[in-house]
Amino acid sequence: MEIFKKQTHIDFIGKRKLAFAFSATLIIIALGALITRGLNFGLDFTGGTLIEVGYPNSVELDTVRKALEGAGFDDAVVQHFGTSKEVLVRVAPREGMSSAQIGDQVISALRKGRANGGQDIEMRRQEFVGPQVGDELKEDGGIAMLVALGCILIYVTLRFEYRLSVGSVAALVHDTVITIGVFSLFQLQFDLTVLAAVLAVIGYSLNDTIVVFDRIRENFRRMRKGGPLEIINASINQTLSRTIMTSGTTLLVVIALYVWGGELIHGFATALIVGIVIGTYSSIYVASALAMAMGLNKADLMPVKKEGAELDRP
Amino acid sequence: MLNQYPLWKYLLLAGILIVGALYALPNVYGSDPALQITTRSGEVDVGARDKIAQVLKQHNIAYRSISTGPNGVLVRFKSVEDQLKANDDVRNALGSNYIVALNLASAAPHWLSDFNARPMYLGLDLRGGLHFLMQVDTKAALQKQLEGYVGDFRNSLREAKIHYRAVMRDKDQLELKFPNVTERDKAYSHLSGDYRGLSFTEQLRDGYPYLIAKFTPSKVRDVEKTAVQQNITTLRKRVNELGVAEPIIQQEGEDRIVVQLPGIQDSAHAKQILGATATLEFHLVDVEHSVQEAVDGHVPPGSQLYHWKSGKPELLKKRVIVTGDQITDASSGFDQQTGQPSVNVSLNGTGARIMAKTTQENLKKPMAVVFIEQKTRTKMVDGKKVTTPVTTKEVINVATIQSVFSRRFQITGLDSAREAHDLALLLRAGALAAPMHIAEERTIGPSLGKQNIDQGKESVIIGFVFVLVFMALYYKLFGMIANVALAVNLVLIVALLSMLQATLTLPGIAGIVLTVGMSVDANVLIFERIREELRAGNTPQASIHAGYEKAFSTIADANITTLIAAVVLYALGTGPVQGFAVTLSLGIATSMLTAIMGTRAIANLIYGGRRLSKLSI
Repeated sequence: MEIFKKQTHIDFIGKRKLAFAFSATLIIIALGALITRGLNFGLDFTGGTLIEVGYPNSVELDTVRKALEGAGFDDAVVQHFGTSKEVLVRVAPREGMSSAQIGDQVISALRKGRANGGQDIEMRRQEFVGPQVGDELKEDGGIAMLVALGCILIYVTLRFEYRLSVGSVAALVHDTVITIGVFSLFQLQFDLTVLAAVLAVIGYSLNDTIVVFDRIRENFRRMRKGGPLEIINASINQTLSRTIMTSGTTLLVVIALYVWGGELIHGFATALIVGIVIGTYSSIYVASALAMAMGLNKADLMPVKKEGAELDRP
Repeated sequence: MLNQYPLWKYLLLAGILIVGALYALPNVYGSDPALQITTRSGEVDVGARDKIAQVLKQHNIAYRSISTGPNGVLVRFKSVEDQLKANDDVRNALGSNYIVALNLASAAPHWLSDFNARPMYLGLDLRGGLHFLMQVDTKAALQKQLEGYVGDFRNSLREAKIHYRAVMRDKDQLELKFPNVTERDKAYSHLSGDYRGLSFTEQLRDGYPYLIAKFTPSKVRDVEKTAVQQNITTLRKRVNELGVAEPIIQQEGEDRIVVQLPGIQDSAHAKQILGATATLEFHLVDVEHSVQEAVDGHVPPGSQLYHWKSGKPELLKKRVIVTGDQITDASSGFDQQTGQPSVNVSLNGTGARIMAKTTQENLKKPMAVVFIEQKTRTKMVDGKKVTTPVTTKEVINVATIQSVFSRRFQITGLDSAREAHDLALLLRAGALAAPMHIAEERTIGPSLGKQNIDQGKESVIIGFVFVLVFMALYYKLFGMIANVALAVNLVLIVALLSMLQATLTLPGIAGIVLTVGMSVDANVLIFERIREELRAGNTPQASIHAGYEKAFSTIADANITTLIAAVVLYALGTGPVQGFAVTLSLGIATSMLTAIMGTRAIANLIYGGRRLSKLSI
């Protein structure tokens, strides 16, 4: 079985203007969402108290909300978690009350509420994060992303060429912004696991880009005919079935994670699904096209004496 | 001839596979919820086994097995519910001389543990339990230490016959006031030699020469480091008292401590023991002045107003006789005469000497025990949430000094046996070098942990099967080869995680799933290359060779960049994120091995060294 029986000759780079416009639109939407709506930060970042409780039968969120309002928790965020039997309650930190007190009061309020509904509840999870810790995490998370991007920029510059490295980092920023933008646009909860997923997306998208770049370098050195446009196009076409295969298998497992992995890693799986789709697109259109727009040519990728072909052998 | 591996490469791969399989094996057996019962003194109690079996029978709790080992008695249960029920009953029946700890005992056969092969260490999100992040107030540790120098300086100056006006602490510095410059210079040369950790500066204020002493930056770091270390030691002692089989207590960042208590569910009790950064101070009661006057605002110098839990005021001398860190041992019991609950306290040498002197001079006078507890309070200041530690001091006991005592004495007048027990526990666990408060807290119920691990396993298996089917359909025989490599890869990741006893968390499982998806990438790259070579009209043998050869640098580049991301994640992340980074990097390493060398070895075995007209790819 093969996706493409023959070598494809799709003119990817010829459509780069369209692709740039498309990417620009996505990024504007993402940034717009980030500016106007911000991120729906999870407990890890905001601080506060979170309580997950399990009911033996399905429960209406309104019932839960009413029970909490009765106890003075009007600001509590209540949502179903996974099934309609599990309920997640989030309460912001409040003056003069320790996390334990908040947790106890929420639980007793829910227990009282159950007296009406006749349901016993089980405390499944309780988390408290201090506001300082949350703020630091936001900072550290941002730093982690920047450091990762910086290291990658250096590595790609050393291994390839600065135009390619700018292209690859631009693709990474593109992927990161759009992935985070999706979380902002749909107000999905952005917690620590999502941050990890975004960093994994950086690694993954780069993986894709590097494979294409490797082929571009090889073809620049080998192909006598054709300008940069033809060579880059050929390289993308040659690696196309690999790109689709790898993205396909990775997507398969991530979808398995999304469907069967449980509620706690939904955000993680969502970020990866978005990131992999965008990452695949960006390694074709953004990274290579940008390197070309910056004037990448044959001479740039000719082997330097020091860096012989032997280095590449196993 | 092309495509043949030397024998040693096959042997090496087979060796890695066998070792990997051996260390991955314990995970197949899973683990049982268990109770681990040891005596407080650490001795092995032969009779305990039968006693426990009897208790379990009495309460109708089914158990899988009960055995005595070097770590005490181990009882295995079929379910967590049985385990938790038994925990309460056994604890009540055995009394305070035994430590009953919740545990997850590996169900793997004995011969595996001879190889030191253990199952993966499951994170809290997978097994349930409590997680705390404690913030150490290192600033307070510095000030406390600085405060200690005040007395030292006074003594030292007095002994050297140097005149001074005052020695006092102002926030982070000590201020020494002198009558004239000569005395100050004398003091400077006298003190600066003895106190290397302090830097002295001269100042002139209101016509008086001052010496200002501050900790040097290196001393500050030193004090902070020791404070955190000492708190870790203290926490460890307290956790042992709580009865947790495999606690994690480690430093995180500069001034935080992570405490993880797997299996424990009673968050309130745990917090009382851990979070209550409690210590005791012994003060003499000020009997010369009226308490009422002090309440009205006329507190005599040298005394301070304290309160009982009930709010009743008590006037005590400011001077501390003995503090909690001079207590070497404490145990709860009952007073032999009155039968009231009591705590027996033992002091160290310094404490004993001071106590003996004080009691001798103050016979028949009352002495008070003040309980000092550190709590936190969150306030809104200028729209920002600020968590401030609050110290509460509470008089818990006033007793008349009946006789001169030094090393050992008894505290009575406690409300209940439980209170006596908890007080003894806090005293025994020692004092903290610096106050701490809880910055983060997570409780994961046991059923949620079980659900997480089940769902994690399920998604790994489903994703894995998807990929296997897909690869076999798309690359035929080579796809099957890649599938074998993928399976071995999974075994190796599990084996490595078990060997390193790295903590497996839910994001860690996600990392494994992701690796499964990505590790086929190397094979896809190789196989696509082989197809290209075949299309270009090369012979099958040459195509295999060239395919592997040409794909290598691409694979290496792609994996190294992912590894960079994983390392950054590990370095800057905490807990769960680190778990993810660990599995991701291990996965990259093992997949490089299996996808390149492993598949090549199998391909060589099948195709190597013979004439071929076609490849199944």
